[in-house]
Amino acid sequence: MKNKLKVLRAENSYTQEDLADIIGVSRQTINAIEKEKFDPSLPTAFRISRLFKLPIEAIFSFEEN
Amino acid sequence: MKAERKKNLYNLAIWTWSWVATLALASFGPKYIWDDHSVLTTLAVSVNFVHGILMIIANRRMFNNFDELERKIHLESLALTLGLAVVVGLTYSLLDATNLIAYNAEISNLVIFIGLTYLVLVTVNTKRYA
Repeated sequence: MKNKLKVLRAENSYTQEDLADIIGVSRQTINAIEKEKFDPSLPTAFRISRLFKLPIEAIFSFEEN
Repeated sequence: MKAERKKNLYNLAIWTWSWVATLALASFGPKYIWDDHSVLTTLAVSVNFVHGILMIIANRRMFNNFDELERKIHLESLALTLGLAVVVGLTYSLLDATNLIAYNAEISNLVIFIGLTYLVLVTVNTKRYA
């Protein structure tokens, strides 16, 4: 799954640690999502979308392999 | 979340050490401390068992406090460790039963194998997602 998390985080001047604390996950999880090595759960995706005030599909895009 | 994690980790460390200490006491106490007194031995084994249960509860509490990625890493590692423990354990036992090894298959060797396998797999899986 592709995502714009790194761009959005930079635009809002958050560090990975800041974002992890706000969302309630570890910094490693934010890093893995940004590197597209790990797909977040639905609650985490909703929390991210709520934080950046964007719909989920504006942050994450699903591509069938 | 971080404070909760530290507390859970601290609790797990305490119960693990107390379990190891009570296991040592139950193993060596009958021979070196209380001269095979059966009541004291039963008490020591019981205390060790209860500490083992408390260690498992502390581990479960820490596991439930993991976030989604950590849970995935540990579940993948546990699944592989469990599979390897069954296969390697039974092969090891078979080697002993068929006298292909010159010594008795000790459960402690399997416990060491399980511990080391889990440690290596958690490290490898953590690096995979880094």
